[in-house]
Amino acid sequence: MTLEAKELSTDNLVLNFGPSHPATHGTLRVIMEIDGEVVTKVTPEIGFLHCGFEKLGEHLDYNQYITVTDRMNYLSPMCNNVAFVLAAEKLLDLEVPKRAQYIRVLMCELSRIADHLLQIGMQAVDVGAFTVFLYGFRLREWIYDLFELAYGARLTTSYTRVGGLMRDLPDAFVPAALELLDRAPDTFKEIDGLLTHNRIWLDRARYIGPISHDEAISYGLTGPVARAAGVDYDLRTKEPYSSYEDFDFDVIIGSNGDVYDRYLVRLNEMRESLKICRQVLEKMPVGPVNVDADSKYVLPPREEMFNSIEGLIHHFMITMENQGLTPPVGEAYVPTESPNGELGYFIVSDGGREPYRVRTRPPSLINYSAFPAMMENMTVSDTVAILGSLNVIAGELDR
Amino acid sequence: MLPKDQLAVVLKEKFPDSFIEITDFRDMLTVHIRSEQALDLLRTLKTDPRFAFNFLADITAVDHLEMGGPARFAVVYHLLNQYEVQRIVVRAWVDEEQPSLPSAYPLWKTADWQEREVYDLFGIEFSGHPDLRRIMTPDDFQHHPLRKDYPLQGRGERSNFPVVKRRIGSKWQEAKSVQ
Repeated sequence: MTLEAKELSTDNLVLNFGPSHPATHGTLRVIMEIDGEVVTKVTPEIGFLHCGFEKLGEHLDYNQYITVTDRMNYLSPMCNNVAFVLAAEKLLDLEVPKRAQYIRVLMCELSRIADHLLQIGMQAVDVGAFTVFLYGFRLREWIYDLFELAYGARLTTSYTRVGGLMRDLPDAFVPAALELLDRAPDTFKEIDGLLTHNRIWLDRARYIGPISHDEAISYGLTGPVARAAGVDYDLRTKEPYSSYEDFDFDVIIGSNGDVYDRYLVRLNEMRESLKICRQVLEKMPVGPVNVDADSKYVLPPREEMFNSIEGLIHHFMITMENQGLTPPVGEAYVPTESPNGELGYFIVSDGGREPYRVRTRPPSLINYSAFPAMMENMTVSDTVAILGSLNVIAGELDR
Repeated sequence: MLPKDQLAVVLKEKFPDSFIEITDFRDMLTVHIRSEQALDLLRTLKTDPRFAFNFLADITAVDHLEMGGPARFAVVYHLLNQYEVQRIVVRAWVDEEQPSLPSAYPLWKTADWQEREVYDLFGIEFSGHPDLRRIMTPDDFQHHPLRKDYPLQGRGERSNFPVVKRRIGSKWQEAKSVQ
């Protein structure tokens, strides 16, 4: 007697992932059509965190909007602050003093380390390794302590101002930062040891969610995701802003464009960031951190404001409505290398106190738009690994 | 890339009807063009070896209702030549009635979501787009919030959402009153 194999009728199943799923880290919704374990079609849905930041920008003045930029990519708010003021300064044709530029670079690189640490940790949690996350969080917490020392806030930094910085670094900052730079490589070594040659991690990350070089360019990918696919483009070296040309560091390039390469690019980028931080601290020039107060772009020193009528008038002129920072009619866009990729603010000015239009070029949105292409022939369990590797920040994604 | 004056001559020859001008502000070149030939201009800038802008960095739009300009809307494309590290901005001016222009999706796949965002927030339609749906606001939302005539605090937004009517005297309440 022979057994006849009976055809089982199978239908594709629609699986709803998110919007509030522990692995989405924000509010993302992915509608997946699955055939067994393999995902055949992916439809991401976004917009759950849309707050109208760009509309709000048309009703706030240039220095007020800095606080809104904090809330976009809240893992590295300092990079957003810098990107916004760079565009505003280009509009005003201002050049901030060297010291301010160096401090901005230092803070951006520390933010990059904090961002990458959290990204690697979160991705490891998503695929089941909790230790990496805790090890990474320890160093991240320390970096946040440094931020607190420098400007009093940990998450919503708002450290930059158009024309300089909120204040200079305190004396205690440099020794604390040097100590951190000495001990940070230990954490990278721990992460390296836990993940890089880990059998489970390799199985969950290697050849998962690959994207080719040409596809990456077509999808407009930037940052670690693009560099993992072999796109040799880092804005810090190609289009240096804020004195990045003074520092010597390597750009990390991957080859396969898969989740594993993205992890390696991020891990090694943190080491390069440490190199930059050390150079910044070595070369840090002395001097003011704001443009000359006589230019009427920044507030006067407090003593002058309280003790002289000229200082008071000056302060009044900047803070009063229809006065102060009024750039000429025009538009400016400065691309910067945020931890996720090219971040830039496109500001259109009509000559008023408030921008006419502020557009954020959101790396999260544009990187996430390639998600369906990366999900080709992947399984349901790969979804979380790929999502984690893209580091989609919902605040920036939806704005 | 060609210098500004030569670029203007070349583009004027190639697009006599729709080329408007080239402006230069703070070292950023902007090519102004009417929307009908925007896609052709983008294709020229991408494929012509003299330009070779291989990367589309950003698509956005500006509503020139209060500021004035050749038309009401400008769709702004930021192009980047990654080989020679040069950037150029293309401004496609779109008229107020039936705002529509060809989609850049055939040239760059990144246009997909970014054009959806412009469509959602400005109401500019992209013909030839594979899947033009709202992306940020709910599907049944009626307005385009980044237009200048849309107020900051919204217009009748609450009425756009379905209201969940709770039944008075539902089973849960009955059970509660028994206790």
